[in-house]
Amino acid sequence: MTSPDQIFVSAKEWLVALFPAALQPMVGALVSIAAIVAVYPAIFALTTVVERKLLARFQNRPGPNRVGIPFTKIRLAGFGQFAADGIKSLTKEDIVPRDADRVVHFAAPIVLVVPALLALSVLPVGRNMAALDLRETGLLFFFAIGASTELSVFMAGWSSRNKYSLLGAMRGIAQMLAYEIPLILSSIPVVMIAGSLSLVSIAERQSAVQWGVFHSWHVFTPWGLAGFLLFLVAACAESNRTPFDLPEAESELVAGYFTEYSGFKFALFFLGEYLGLFAVAGVATTLFLGGWNAPFTFLDWIPSWMWFFGKLGSLVLFSVWLRATLPRLRVDQLMDVAWKYLLPMSLANLVVAGLWHFTAAWPAALRWPLSLALLAAPHLLLGRGFQKRFGPRVYRYAADPRPAPANPAA
Amino acid sequence: MDLILALLAGATVGAAVAAMALRDVVHCVLFLTVSLIGLALLYLKLGAEFVGFVQVLVYVGAVAVLVVFAVLLTRGGDAPTERIANAPWSGALVAAAVFAMLARAILGSPSLGSPSPETPVPTLSVKAIGEGLTGGYVLPLQIVALLLTAAMIGGVVIAMREKEGE
Amino acid sequence: MLGQGIAKGLLQTARNLVATYVDKDRLPTIEYPEERQKLPEATRQFPFLVHDGDDPSKGLRCVACQICEKECPPKCIYIVKSKDKRVDYKGQTQFYPAVFDIDVSVCMSCQICVEVCPFEAIKMDTAFEFSTPDRFGALLLDKHRLAKSAAHYREIHPADAAESDAVMAAESAKAEAKAKGDAEAKAKAAAAKLAAVPNVSPEAQLPPPNSGSDSPTMPM
Repeated sequence: MTSPDQIFVSAKEWLVALFPAALQPMVGALVSIAAIVAVYPAIFALTTVVERKLLARFQNRPGPNRVGIPFTKIRLAGFGQFAADGIKSLTKEDIVPRDADRVVHFAAPIVLVVPALLALSVLPVGRNMAALDLRETGLLFFFAIGASTELSVFMAGWSSRNKYSLLGAMRGIAQMLAYEIPLILSSIPVVMIAGSLSLVSIAERQSAVQWGVFHSWHVFTPWGLAGFLLFLVAACAESNRTPFDLPEAESELVAGYFTEYSGFKFALFFLGEYLGLFAVAGVATTLFLGGWNAPFTFLDWIPSWMWFFGKLGSLVLFSVWLRATLPRLRVDQLMDVAWKYLLPMSLANLVVAGLWHFTAAWPAALRWPLSLALLAAPHLLLGRGFQKRFGPRVYRYAADPRPAPANPAA
Repeated sequence: MDLILALLAGATVGAAVAAMALRDVVHCVLFLTVSLIGLALLYLKLGAEFVGFVQVLVYVGAVAVLVVFAVLLTRGGDAPTERIANAPWSGALVAAAVFAMLARAILGSPSLGSPSPETPVPTLSVKAIGEGLTGGYVLPLQIVALLLTAAMIGGVVIAMREKEGE
Repeated sequence: MLGQGIAKGLLQTARNLVATYVDKDRLPTIEYPEERQKLPEATRQFPFLVHDGDDPSKGLRCVACQICEKECPPKCIYIVKSKDKRVDYKGQTQFYPAVFDIDVSVCMSCQICVEVCPFEAIKMDTAFEFSTPDRFGALLLDKHRLAKSAAHYREIHPADAAESDAVMAAESAKAEAKAKGDAEAKAKAAAAKLAAVPNVSPEAQLPPPNSGSDSPTMPM
């Protein structure tokens, strides 16, 4: 009997030991692949329902609560919805526009989903539970794979021969290109402090105990906190979530770059988007939120994989919360946020991380205020410029609607 | 002959040929990307993880995407039909010259002369690369950075002048 | 400070989220097939034919005068007048609609038929669940499906029904008085000379004079 913490690790070992030694590496890889291909799409299915239900609650609606087990009165509070949606998209007609570039049109969803699944393979989901431990280049692998999804956006938008698709693809590429830089820059402090690109060792490093009861998550440092927030914003933009959902803005571009997709290919795009979201949430968890570590030492009895998926789920739910709260940015505002706020802030955070590294001997009472001041100053300065641009809108041509006319009849 | 190496090399070269021969610019770019990924896989096969992933990050994630972005901005959605390479033979000549130079350099390499299996494969950690770039090679790195910045400023200046002309 | 507005917005939406589980007023959705909103009294959907008494085939107030058919703007009413006359519910000999169809897929719920009807025979119903897989047959309501009792009318539109009942009561009172006068005159005339035309058919547009005095308030 093994501890619940290592239950999956020992299950895999037991399964692999059933095969002859020559096949064992292959079988081990296949088991890991099967686990990834099964677990994350299952979370995706669950997320689609939970997201819709939560969004509804944020808007004072009950949300989907009907679909249960067919031919019975059992409703399961609407959690049969994902099965219904899945069957619907599998059986729907697959329409390819007449003028579309068929090969590229077909390949685009695959080019989106495959890298997303690959990126998930480097995440350490628990103690000793990483499908692929790249000791030298884990994080680099993640970013390299993540970057190649941009090509899928382009392929989908260009091959559809549709102006909305094309506009969506242009926006998508510009956005992903712009936000990849702050995404990478905001995670570099972690690499600097941890001295490793391996996600496994970054997660392990955060199990060190601090002040008696805390595990030393990176988010509990000034550079970690700032880096986490910057990473979250950039990750939201990378995964095309509201408020950065310009590439697929329904009210402007129908469905953006996948306007011309239907049926199963559309479902694949949907799946790819969510897998990308899980991947960035998983990396944010690993880099800043302690990976599979519990926050306090007295909670260590809860299995590590539960902590990881719990944190991943919380980040996904937070993105739903953001989606329910914030309106979509304009394209120029989007670029402003990336180049005029996130980029300078992540550079300032690099400086702070360096300071933190070289002032390890200083007392915390000096180190903390200095680091926070170094982060707050650029934030305030940059924020002031933003408030001018994002502030109350000046109407140049139309009459200003804000001061309500006292006498509308006059 | 190594089967995986043969497959990778074949795919890389085939994609490169397709990138030159096809009519549609976007197809050329996509095949160029395939060829670049093939190169990255070759690096990985040689055990150079860092170079392989940087190849994907820089060439697939940035260069190929920038090229398609330029195509989107300039041509839009219509499919162009004219051939892009005007003088294919001159290209072949340049390629042959580069190939000859590289082949000469590789054949003249001292490490090729003694292919003893005992000599350990030199492992180069990412840390060593980083220390090299910020230590001994910091000046070339900075010069390259300056060159790229100059190119970018040049691009901005050209773009601004066009805007004024309108 | 940058970010303040975002925090404020997040707080507001979170308050919404929690309130929907705690406060019934913050989740105003009425889940339709199980729960129903109480319809306002003035609700109107499609017309129906009023009948007095229990038997719709006998008690229809409609006398097939065809005014509504002529007035209907989208021409969704189709009436065939009967060849014969029959004794209606009030014991009066009248024409009756042999066919009375309303195509509710054409009807625009304008209520003009109700306003022009001199017999209080067609009124607006509140039923709206007509969804059907058969577009043509199932949406063409015949007189059997259109007929609904006066009690139903009083239930769905109490105020309008009271008004309508008052009109009918007044008319029948008037008719009764006239009938009485007529009877007296007739008696006089009969006394004067025995040759008289009995039982002239009453003009089609007014309710029969010598009906029972309790006609508007028939059994519920």
